[in-house]
Amino acid sequence: MKNKYIKFLSAPYIIWALIFIIVPLLMVFYYGFTDKSGAFTISNITAIATHEHSKALWLALYLSLISTAICILLAYPLAMILSHIGENAGANKDKYMVFIFILPMWMNFLLRTIAWQTLLENDGVINSFLNLLHLPALRIINTPAAIVFGMVYNFLPFMVLPLVNALNKIDINVINAARDLGANSVQTFLRIILPLSLPGLISGITMVFIPSLTTFIVSDLLGGSKILLIGNVIEQEFTQYSNWNLGSGLSIVLMIFIIVSIVLSTIFDKDMEGTAI
Amino acid sequence: MKKLMIGILGLTCLFALAGCSRTYANGEVYVYNWGEYCDPETLEMFEEEYDIKVIYDEYETNEIMYPKVEAGAVKYDVVCPSDYMICKMIEHDLLQEINFDNIPNSTNIGDQYYKMSEEFDPGNKYSVPYCWGTVGILYNKTMIDPEDTVDSWSILWDEKYANSILMQDSVRDAFMVSLKLNGYSMNTLNDDELEVAKDSLIEQKPLVQAYVIDQVRDKMIGNEAALGVIYSGEAIYTQRENPDLEYVIPKEGTNVWIDSWVILKDAENVENAEKFINFMCRPDIALMNFEYITYSTPNDAARELIEDEEIRNSEIAFPDLSQYNDLETFIYLGDEGDEKYSELWKKVKSE
Repeated sequence: MKNKYIKFLSAPYIIWALIFIIVPLLMVFYYGFTDKSGAFTISNITAIATHEHSKALWLALYLSLISTAICILLAYPLAMILSHIGENAGANKDKYMVFIFILPMWMNFLLRTIAWQTLLENDGVINSFLNLLHLPALRIINTPAAIVFGMVYNFLPFMVLPLVNALNKIDINVINAARDLGANSVQTFLRIILPLSLPGLISGITMVFIPSLTTFIVSDLLGGSKILLIGNVIEQEFTQYSNWNLGSGLSIVLMIFIIVSIVLSTIFDKDMEGTAI
Repeated sequence: MKKLMIGILGLTCLFALAGCSRTYANGEVYVYNWGEYCDPETLEMFEEEYDIKVIYDEYETNEIMYPKVEAGAVKYDVVCPSDYMICKMIEHDLLQEINFDNIPNSTNIGDQYYKMSEEFDPGNKYSVPYCWGTVGILYNKTMIDPEDTVDSWSILWDEKYANSILMQDSVRDAFMVSLKLNGYSMNTLNDDELEVAKDSLIEQKPLVQAYVIDQVRDKMIGNEAALGVIYSGEAIYTQRENPDLEYVIPKEGTNVWIDSWVILKDAENVENAEKFINFMCRPDIALMNFEYITYSTPNDAARELIEDEEIRNSEIAFPDLSQYNDLETFIYLGDEGDEKYSELWKKVKSE
């Protein structure tokens, strides 16, 4: 028997979404398309073309693409080991591996980033240690490299987990069949494993790329406020220069990039199977 | 099992009750102050004495505080902005005139500080001074070339100290350094002068380790940098923690600032706000705050109470300003002026 009232169960979420997602979004659009006096304008959107803003946007795109690429390179082999495709498939310790991997996520994101600031400082923990061993000091704090490092460190789990899920869904017999039919391990990987894990990979890419693109806290803390990403520009329009209109306008521009990457991911991941963590 | 559940439920209720058992007969007061800008114990003492609950929030810069107060998301009663921001708030009609009759302790504040306040609050109608000081260079004696004397802003442009310089990450303070270096007023609206100042800041950027606000203190204590632009109030504290540090007011002049208590126009607890400000002006409380935050107090009665003679007559805490030239106080430059500075600052930051 089908309960026709079942759809009302989604009411709490719909109300939630309405208040905390739709209404704020409309407000962003309102501010983005008006000036301080409330008259319609598109100057807040076209402001992205100014040198400072476009530079911040390209730098953010560049750094987040690099971090996404690094995340893929780090996460894919790890996900293969953690999933049942790995050599030690079925061993119980894999569960603990995943557990250990997500353990740092129990601590606040902000605290972890501040901790890295202290660790990476010129006179910080890591350099004191290197100094003790008479090794050259690590000078990456307040550089783009430190920002990429922070992005990779913070968002890597979002790449690993969807990948593990996708890989776990691959029927081991498909791989065995490929081997049976004479495919070597490279061929098996390229023709079987990689295509079948694509949904997980794509959602992993979205989940790393979007937060990296929009972050302002990582670039602030690890970049010493010297490197301005588009996230910092928007944040400062709101908090420092009290120009909410410009901040909203630039947010709308940023949203376009986010929407493009979400559309791309839904095309590849029709069942949304990779997104479940 | 059921008993256990009931037991837990009972305990939770008990804790919940204990949590709200403290009721405040005289309502509450919403205070919005700079980060680490008063001894938390004084707030508890105030709650105890006046039976008023203090809801206390903190901000990092004037620029962060302003939009929040303007938007009115939280109905703050008392705020502690700096000089030029007070002027801006007066012009935007965000403040109400203070009834000094209800704040008898305001007479403890030295006359010269009221005179200084006239620059941004003509007639002393809106503000009661809380802290004051200068902005200068804090340097680490062990990390500076012994040949160099630190007495000028120009040392912040010395390539010898590349990656060892900390600059202030707030628009007006950063431009103050650059404008003073080039011999201009820090309140200038002259496009050419501002352009020169902007170019200087861009030129300096590769040498700067980081743009920071409150972190400058910890980084200097931790020997992370040789030179840092800092508020004088932090100097005493940092020296206490790291004796290698020294504070100077550069010869090109600097910013003399005052942070004062103001009451917002929309305040709902004006009477409590007055009581709060009055309490903060009481000599023993002002002394407690001075000893905790080490920012110079304009409270003469409190200064008399300082036991340590070295601190009471400290050149850093209570400098004789007449020996310095070109000291200025920030004034509000109008929305257009603000925008001009913001635009230039963004250019510096995005270089």
